[in-house]
Amino acid sequence: MPANSERVVGIEIASRKALEINGVSKAFGRFPALKNVSLHARDKEFLALLGPSGSGKTTLLRVLAGLETPDAGEVRFDDEDFLSLPVRRRKVGMVFQHYALFRHMTVAQNIAFGLNVRPRSERPSKSEVADRVAHLLSLVQLEGLEKRFPSQLSGGQRQRVALARALAIEPRMLLLDEPFGALDAQVRRDLRRWLRELHDRAGVTTVFVTHDQEEALDLADRVAILKDGELVQLGKPSELYEAPANPFVYDFLGAACRLPGEVTDGRLRVADWELAAPKGSPQGAVEVFFRPDEVAFAPADGAGLAAEVRAAAARGPKVRVDVVVAGRLMELEVHSRDAPAGVEPGQALRIELLRPQVYRAA
Amino acid sequence: MSAAAAPTVRLPGIAPLLLLGAVAIMGGLIILPLLAVFHDAFSKGLQAFFAALKEPDALAAIRLTLLVAAISVPLNAVFGVAAAWAIAKFEFKGKSLLLTLIDLPFSISPVVSGLVWVLLFGAQGFFGEWLMDHDLKIIFALPGLVLATILVTFPFVARELIPLMQDQGSDEEAAALTLGAGGFTTFWKITLPNIRWALLYGVLLCNARAMGEFGAVSVVSGHIRGETNTLPLHVEVLYNDYEYVGAFAAASILASLGLLTLILKTALEWRHAGELGARRRH
Repeated sequence: MPANSERVVGIEIASRKALEINGVSKAFGRFPALKNVSLHARDKEFLALLGPSGSGKTTLLRVLAGLETPDAGEVRFDDEDFLSLPVRRRKVGMVFQHYALFRHMTVAQNIAFGLNVRPRSERPSKSEVADRVAHLLSLVQLEGLEKRFPSQLSGGQRQRVALARALAIEPRMLLLDEPFGALDAQVRRDLRRWLRELHDRAGVTTVFVTHDQEEALDLADRVAILKDGELVQLGKPSELYEAPANPFVYDFLGAACRLPGEVTDGRLRVADWELAAPKGSPQGAVEVFFRPDEVAFAPADGAGLAAEVRAAAARGPKVRVDVVVAGRLMELEVHSRDAPAGVEPGQALRIELLRPQVYRAA
Repeated sequence: MSAAAAPTVRLPGIAPLLLLGAVAIMGGLIILPLLAVFHDAFSKGLQAFFAALKEPDALAAIRLTLLVAAISVPLNAVFGVAAAWAIAKFEFKGKSLLLTLIDLPFSISPVVSGLVWVLLFGAQGFFGEWLMDHDLKIIFALPGLVLATILVTFPFVARELIPLMQDQGSDEEAAALTLGAGGFTTFWKITLPNIRWALLYGVLLCNARAMGEFGAVSVVSGHIRGETNTLPLHVEVLYNDYEYVGAFAAASILASLGLLTLILKTALEWRHAGELGARRRH
């Protein structure tokens, strides 16, 4: 019993709202960067702000840090009015897109900066600072580099120094602006996994900005998708991928094929094929979306959309099949074991959509 | 510290000739006159040279030149840092106007830069009567010399810092703020160290010009020997009096100052190219 109640308490703490953003708007001159954005993050949550460039995601992050002041709205953290706090009292650890390391300071001096600028009464002693720097260096796996200058480090190392520097102040919240933006693909993947582990160990609410949907879906507990300064959808990665709220989200989260269709009385009609309409489909003219790999092939006399193969090419474990459906060229990509045997240009076959997503036609 | 070696380009056949021509012209127009200054300064021997410099009017001119520079250069350094900080790190209305104003002393004749002060503070000027009533002297006195010098050397520090600070952006300052640093700490520990070499470079150029300025200073000085004559004015006075050794001795000091500036400037460019303005990066 006691163990049980403890667990309940644990869950309550874990799901407590830490960050609340209510109706935040911000314009730069006549250009609106954020329009009435509201979202919450739970304590210790890893939240991604995902969107194309110009979607306002970085502006929102800078509002949280206090580097921008919103025109309207409210930001609360742990029930405290965050907007009335100046930047330096918010205790947020921010990692900038280009790291913004202090170029004239060594790695150790960079990390210690946040501790050394504290008011004298709160400042840790020299040896405490040194201990803390050593601890953080080992946390970010950069032992032995404390005397180096930023210009003598690789991109991945700089990023880890920036992270250690942000963690040094024991932040209430960690803000990351495109943390992997300037790194090459391999380093990116390694650091991604490492960052997630670090977050889980440090147990600090983290908000990170990215334009890379794969990164967001892979790393975050929840993802907020922004477009033109508006919050389009917020949810767990699986929720977003399973049920994108609109064509923009569907498109943004991965490669998409689209066909016009029509829904009447619970039946969806696409070209020459009819099937049961997915739950919650709108009535009338619709736009049917599907992923290039969420299809099944059938022989020409089977069920599905009539298609004509234009080209087929094996790419490792995948096969790319270009087909024409209802006069539109689609680039499908399926696992080689799902590809029809002996597929070749000119062949007629049928394709079945495994998970079509239906939106009202614009 | 040093940038990657610049790629070398093989020059076509005529290039050595052009190079030779350039060196010849440079030699004729710059090196020769410079040598002439030192030659004439020492034409009557070392003793005459030092005697000319030990003369009370010469000593007064040297002292005044140093004093004017000591006042106007720090003021312009402070102004330059403030203006560059505002222009590079913030967006505001009238920014391009401010930039143009900073450049103005470069484009107007130094004589005009001197004359404006006479128009403002001279006996017939806007404030002339008021100043007279209160027994304050600006024109034909040290304040006038300082004002004229400040106006002429206005752009040097700011011009040096603006491109560098724009290049550096304000991310490091923002990072310092998020880490808990206050405004002053951020300026002192982040901004200033990042611009120190460019600032020194600007101060060096500003100083060279402040000590060598003739036109603007000439208008407000009144040429009172031993009182309001700076070194360049002293040279002119002696030259007009046919005291060639004295004139060239004083001129040689100014020339040495120029050479010293050049050496320090080159050393700075060589050692800290990366930390000077983006324009100077190879």
